[in-house]
Amino acid sequence: MSGKKSGAIVALGAFMLKEVRHLFRDKQTLSILLLLPIAQLLLFGFAVRTDIHSVRVAVVAPSPDFVTADLRTRFENSGRFALLPPVPTYDSLTALFRSGSLDVGVVLEPELASRLQSGEPAHVLVVADAIDPNTGTTMQNYAGAVVRDWQRALGTNAGGIVVDTRMRMRFNPTLESVNLFVPGLIALILTMVTALMTAISLSREKERGTFEVLLVSPLRPWQIILGKVLPYLVLAMANVASVLLAALLVFHVPFRGSITLLLCASTLFSMVGLALGVLIAAVTSSQLAAMLLALGGTMLPNTLLSGLIFPISSMPVPLQIVTNIVPARWFIEIVRGIMLKGIGIAELWQNLVVLGVMLAVLLTAAIRKTNVRLA
Amino acid sequence: MNVAHPNTTAGKAISANGLTRRFDSFVAVDHITFDVAAGEVFGFLGANGAGKTTAIRMLTGLLSPSDGQAMVGGFDVRSQTEQVRAHIGYMSQRFSLYDDLTVRENIRLYGGIYGLDDKAIKERGDAILQELAFTPSDKAMVASLPLGWKQKLAFSVALLHQPAVVFLDEPTGGVDPITRRQFWELIYHAAARGTTVFVTTHYLDEAEYCDRLSIMVDGKIGAIGTPSELKQQFAVTSLDDVFIRLVRATDAKGAA
Amino acid sequence: MFRMLRILLQKEFLQIRRDKLILRMLLVMPILQLLILANAATFEVKTSNLWIVDQDHTPITRALVDKFTASGRFTVVGSSNILRPGDDALLDGSANAILVIPADFARTVERDRQMPLQLILNAENGSQAGVIQAYANEIVTRFAAERSLSNPVRVMRTGGVVMQRPMPTIEVRTQGKYNPTLDYKRFMIPGILVQLVTLIGTLMTALNIVREKEAGTLDQLNVTPLKPAVFIAAKLIPLWIIGLLEFSLGITVAVLLFHVPMLGSPIVLLVGATLYLLAALGVGLWVSTVSETQQQALFVTFSLLMVYILMSGLFTPIRAMPGWVKTVAQVNPLMHFIAFVRAVMLKGAGFADVWVQLAALGAIGVTILGLALTQYRKQAA
Repeated sequence: MSGKKSGAIVALGAFMLKEVRHLFRDKQTLSILLLLPIAQLLLFGFAVRTDIHSVRVAVVAPSPDFVTADLRTRFENSGRFALLPPVPTYDSLTALFRSGSLDVGVVLEPELASRLQSGEPAHVLVVADAIDPNTGTTMQNYAGAVVRDWQRALGTNAGGIVVDTRMRMRFNPTLESVNLFVPGLIALILTMVTALMTAISLSREKERGTFEVLLVSPLRPWQIILGKVLPYLVLAMANVASVLLAALLVFHVPFRGSITLLLCASTLFSMVGLALGVLIAAVTSSQLAAMLLALGGTMLPNTLLSGLIFPISSMPVPLQIVTNIVPARWFIEIVRGIMLKGIGIAELWQNLVVLGVMLAVLLTAAIRKTNVRLA
Repeated sequence: MNVAHPNTTAGKAISANGLTRRFDSFVAVDHITFDVAAGEVFGFLGANGAGKTTAIRMLTGLLSPSDGQAMVGGFDVRSQTEQVRAHIGYMSQRFSLYDDLTVRENIRLYGGIYGLDDKAIKERGDAILQELAFTPSDKAMVASLPLGWKQKLAFSVALLHQPAVVFLDEPTGGVDPITRRQFWELIYHAAARGTTVFVTTHYLDEAEYCDRLSIMVDGKIGAIGTPSELKQQFAVTSLDDVFIRLVRATDAKGAA
Repeated sequence: MFRMLRILLQKEFLQIRRDKLILRMLLVMPILQLLILANAATFEVKTSNLWIVDQDHTPITRALVDKFTASGRFTVVGSSNILRPGDDALLDGSANAILVIPADFARTVERDRQMPLQLILNAENGSQAGVIQAYANEIVTRFAAERSLSNPVRVMRTGGVVMQRPMPTIEVRTQGKYNPTLDYKRFMIPGILVQLVTLIGTLMTALNIVREKEAGTLDQLNVTPLKPAVFIAAKLIPLWIIGLLEFSLGITVAVLLFHVPMLGSPIVLLVGATLYLLAALGVGLWVSTVSETQQQALFVTFSLLMVYILMSGLFTPIRAMPGWVKTVAQVNPLMHFIAFVRAVMLKGAGFADVWVQLAALGAIGVTILGLALTQYRKQAA
């Protein structure tokens, strides 16, 4: 009795060893698996940013004088702006906007200073390139702040009530976008290593016919699948560890919560990915089809509909409902909660339950589909 | 339909001299020297991994030699690859024709690539189909043809531009014995017309059909000659035994 | 040579037409993805959930809170006298902004002409937080301005007569150019379309050539006198044409279905697309030279494109990149093309305005194609 059991474990071990050897021999896939996460981290850390700086601003001052010069100096001295040479008329702004050389234009009325002296209201127009709405709004806001300071210094609008709003940016005081992306990145990498790789590996065996050889061996189906899947689980956790380490050390992403909870959640999420991979391999007939389905059905939704890049709250409501079936959406919330907010099980238990349910459903479907093929 | 032989070296259609190919430290083809007369049916045998495919790839200009020279159809494979290509035909077991094109479309494609004008393409295409007694429609997709017809058709298309030399890489793999026979009849017809046929095969009974043959072992030419010469040389009655003796001898040499 | 090209082109078009899988991919998938993506790809800040910590409870604070609600940008989800419940709401996600009004707010306004407030935002998403801050700022500033007008300050007393000297005022108006409705669709859809055309173009090219490699027909062609350049031209030209058609179809869908404005000239757009496809197909060609199987080609293409797309300004502005990264991004043809399409469609840019992008696209395209060709020749030898 015990001989049989240990025999099964030995067989499983031998099988897993073969899987690992396979993985290491496929140099191309291996290098992509190791390099891609790092490349993504570098991209998301350095290139994919949302902080607004070096806003190119031009002042249109038909009658340049000390008042308009003061405004120009303010923009020049502000760290956020890059001041362009003076632009003569409002119309010349258009060409600059069109060629993408200008972000914000500040248009001053002619004879501004004399109007102020005679007590007539003077007009200033702040025009921002708003094809990117959020950036446009933010740039407008920044420019507006500079203009307001200028107004105050000139002593205009005196007697008006001064607004003194203290801002506090919680969970991400530096507004670093990398803090937002790293949790999503972990989800993406896990998906790639679990769902994608498992689907490819299993469908490759199917295509080659070696899967059937395995099936007629003493190995039971669950052992085969486990043997296939465990190396990728280990690889996935290794990737998570390395990405986290890099994020903490290189980008100083905060980590305010429990690492244990994060690891548990990562394991759960990885298992969901693995179940998905097995299911995909079971329902496709060629390696190419499996890859396409894995890319389109796991990687793509996990990038676009998970809240990684596009906030779910911004999407139209029907789409928001759809995002509920995207596993990464729940996982990213967990990771962001743990890393940035420092919350724990008390607030996140619902997410864990949802992931658990997804795992149960996918696993059942995967096993059933695989068995059907075998029987 | 006789084939013109532009400047063959002393009447040799193919001649290799110390032809070598290395891949890093592994020597796939080790200084082989041999030649093939015009109009000969030359069998190129060897175990898997002995270097046959590499040798053929060098002779057809697909791979450049690490060492040595070779002339095909009178042209140097290294410095006159363009001319070599224009004067040879190639057919392999793995593929040859496009599965998703019709018979006629394939003929038209290869005819055009070899510079035949529309009239010649039509005429020769008709001739091929007639010679093959091609019963399926010429508008049929190649994918729908049985393997036997595919192979025979592929061979004929390889000869469409009347090359001086045609290289056949295991052309009859997976085909039934009757079709194999028919295929070899086609080969004889082509040789009778003056085309040199360079064929590799695993089937030793096919080797009997060749005018001369060589057997490659571990990158070198282990034996070369007519079938009867080889049987005499190894004092056996079948080429099978020649093969076994040769491989065993090399094994023994290696072990010694 | 041209005859050979013609013959090969015939073959390519025949094969493409007969390949059901490819046809489906080329036509159906991009449109499908465009429809889904166009709705998902937005950073628009809808209403924010606001928690009020009102420590004053005076008419003015109520008026201020009403202003927030009336703006349509904020929904009040709760209120309290102390900060803690609001903080909890931030932690569990039920609120993403807290407005704290201190205890002596009304008095400070009356006496010191100041409005002391505190705004606490969930800044996980820094860019969204910036926008919410801008909205809140706008509301409070306008509120303060209204209050100022209704109780103007007495500036001078001259011999018992209170006079109000006319104050110098500057009226500031703000305008968001090119996007009065601040709609994200017009900003994202051209970019999404470009990304899809790129994906299909590059992927198709790579898969197409690798398929011949896998089937062995590539070898067959290599032993013929066919020149590699002709072979490649025959492969690229049909996909080039198909890419242009797809792009045009996509633009039409964008304009008709999503009401993306088309202020510029379609001719300018097509010229840019033609140049851009050089680069896209060139990358596909390069991928085919380093892949032995279709699966490898798929994998490599996706990895490459991911890098390209993230550095293209599609999701995040190029402006936000640090200096050296911005320089690297200059060799990204996707970046130039997306900027080009946005400028032409949304700003009405003409050749004079975008010649820089066109030149960049041309240069990059020719370079990539050249490199890929060299790589192809090297591995064919």
